[in-house]
Amino acid sequence: MSDQILRGIPASDGIAIGSVFCYVPDELSIPVCAAGTIVEEMARFDKARERARLELQSLYEAIKKRAGKEEASIFEAHQEMLFDPTLESKIREFVEIGQTVEHALVNATAELANLLAGMPDELFAGRALDVKDVGHRVLRILLGLPDTALSAVTEPSIIVAEDLTPSDTASLDPKLTLGFATAQGGLTSHSAILARTLGIPAIVGMGAGLLEQVSSNTSMILDGRTGELILEPDDETSARYKQIKAQRESHLQILKAVAEKQACTANGRHVEVAANVGEAASARSAMEYGAEGIGLLRTEFLYLEDTQPPSEEKQYRIYREIFEVMAGRPVIVRTLDIGGDKPPSYLPFPDEMNPFLGWRAIRISLDEPELFKTQLRAILRAAVGHQARIMFPMISDLDELRRARAILETVKRNLELDSVEFAANVPVGIMVETPAAAVLVDVLAEASDFFSLGTNDLTQYTMAVDRGNAKVSGLFQPLHPAVLRLIWQTIEAGHAKGKWVGMCGELAGMTKAIPILLGFGLDEFSMNPRAIPEAKHLIGKLTDEQTRSIAGQVMSLGTSADIENYMKDILVAL
Amino acid sequence: MAEATIPVKHKVGLHARPAALFVQTAAKFSSRIKVKNLTANGNFVDAKSIIMVLTLGVMKDHQVVIQTEGADAQAALEALQALIENNFGEA
Repeated sequence: MSDQILRGIPASDGIAIGSVFCYVPDELSIPVCAAGTIVEEMARFDKARERARLELQSLYEAIKKRAGKEEASIFEAHQEMLFDPTLESKIREFVEIGQTVEHALVNATAELANLLAGMPDELFAGRALDVKDVGHRVLRILLGLPDTALSAVTEPSIIVAEDLTPSDTASLDPKLTLGFATAQGGLTSHSAILARTLGIPAIVGMGAGLLEQVSSNTSMILDGRTGELILEPDDETSARYKQIKAQRESHLQILKAVAEKQACTANGRHVEVAANVGEAASARSAMEYGAEGIGLLRTEFLYLEDTQPPSEEKQYRIYREIFEVMAGRPVIVRTLDIGGDKPPSYLPFPDEMNPFLGWRAIRISLDEPELFKTQLRAILRAAVGHQARIMFPMISDLDELRRARAILETVKRNLELDSVEFAANVPVGIMVETPAAAVLVDVLAEASDFFSLGTNDLTQYTMAVDRGNAKVSGLFQPLHPAVLRLIWQTIEAGHAKGKWVGMCGELAGMTKAIPILLGFGLDEFSMNPRAIPEAKHLIGKLTDEQTRSIAGQVMSLGTSADIENYMKDILVAL
Repeated sequence: MAEATIPVKHKVGLHARPAALFVQTAAKFSSRIKVKNLTANGNFVDAKSIIMVLTLGVMKDHQVVIQTEGADAQAALEALQALIENNFGEA
């Protein structure tokens, strides 16, 4: 017998195997009774509305705790809809023609929900469900019924429903919800978003008639990867899916276990594994992948998406949000790092023969002190109560570093004069990405609290190669002996001056480079969040003795090809 | 009465947070405030009503017309204009 398969839109990854709970929300029936006076009916509405506001407020708090502020914000939106003046005046119109407030509410919300449901854009049309949800809540309160929704689910089940409102989803018990499938909804539905946040497998948009094909208490497999629902699977299919599910879970477990732990070498030395992040959203994913901090917060995105530079307030808000997501873990904010290859419209860029050797990064900041000061003010203010660090890009000598620090001191003085709260003791470091900086680390240490190697630029400038130029891009070799020597010197010189040295270039996340960098004594590895679990896993397999010997061996090899081959053998043997 | 036509640059248009901020700002004023989506050639709706503002379907780069009428009409118009021009305080 072949299994019956239904298909929808895969909305949240994972596999659920279990029994079905068909969820059909109670049709609230309004008892027949005569309407009171307009004043009486509207007073009942006001009272129910106030109760609804309190319910929504506590739902907001509960979801915020469970899934975060962003997921909870839907219940703030519901509170706004609840007090919508158009909703109220529509209800009043129906009451004025003699309806009870219950009927008036149903008619008014249906009318407004229909306006939204007919809109062509999915995001806007989706708000119809919110209006209905709000209306349903008030009606339920008017009828004196408790907030039950999905509380009838008492056994772990796969929920199948026509659609799930935000209130329905909020009442899902994640422990009893193996997964859910809905006839309606899209990837941007609140339920789909929440499912992804909570890691519940889900399929949406299965089409009308879903509930007619599925019955409660039958068995089902829900594959959130492919969007397939398999109804009453035979033993063979069940066994196959159980195996896939187990494999998937054990792999996730391993990575999760690794991600949760601090990165330690096999002999127990802790090295920091951090994430490179370019926006607030990826700070969240960095945390999921087990970042112990942000080793590089790129701020360019703030500068490139508008026709004017970002205001201090906007920057403050975004930095603050990222610091809060990282909850006390260190965050290194790199100041503006742009150049003529990607110029924002509001800066007077000259025509440049070589934008990569031109007016860029700290060079711009020093020439445009107002732009620079705005950013530093925002960082220092946002850093209050957090572990923020400031990092200047593309420093090539002590004079530049001193000038940048002098501007930072001016900014601090001005903040003091303005009596604005700011973090006074934010550590300040530099990116080591020019060969000049790499050979001057002992000198730069006078004014730098830490160093972070940017290997993409360091490779490009050391090898004098443009990696976008196919004719010569073969010379872009981050494992080139010349680049590795500069990295080694930087770490040695930094340590000799008592400063820690990290790396935020691509190399830091490459398995073929990690053993060498450990052997050099690198203190911090900052990488794409997705590379973190693998990197932590690898670090845990190596002892310091091993990596020192690997590094020594690598330093004796003369070409990148030799080094690549040697590392390939090392990794295979691990 | 005061009136202004402004392009909305925010990536989600007048939806989610921008829509909420727009309505909250409008609600601070006693003037009657109406808004319409010029690009979609729709009708004016009450700018203090989140549901009606959503029905305008204002997306990125749509032009909206704001009309204010009342004691604080000018201040209301300026506040809403500034909100949209500053991209709702974000990107």
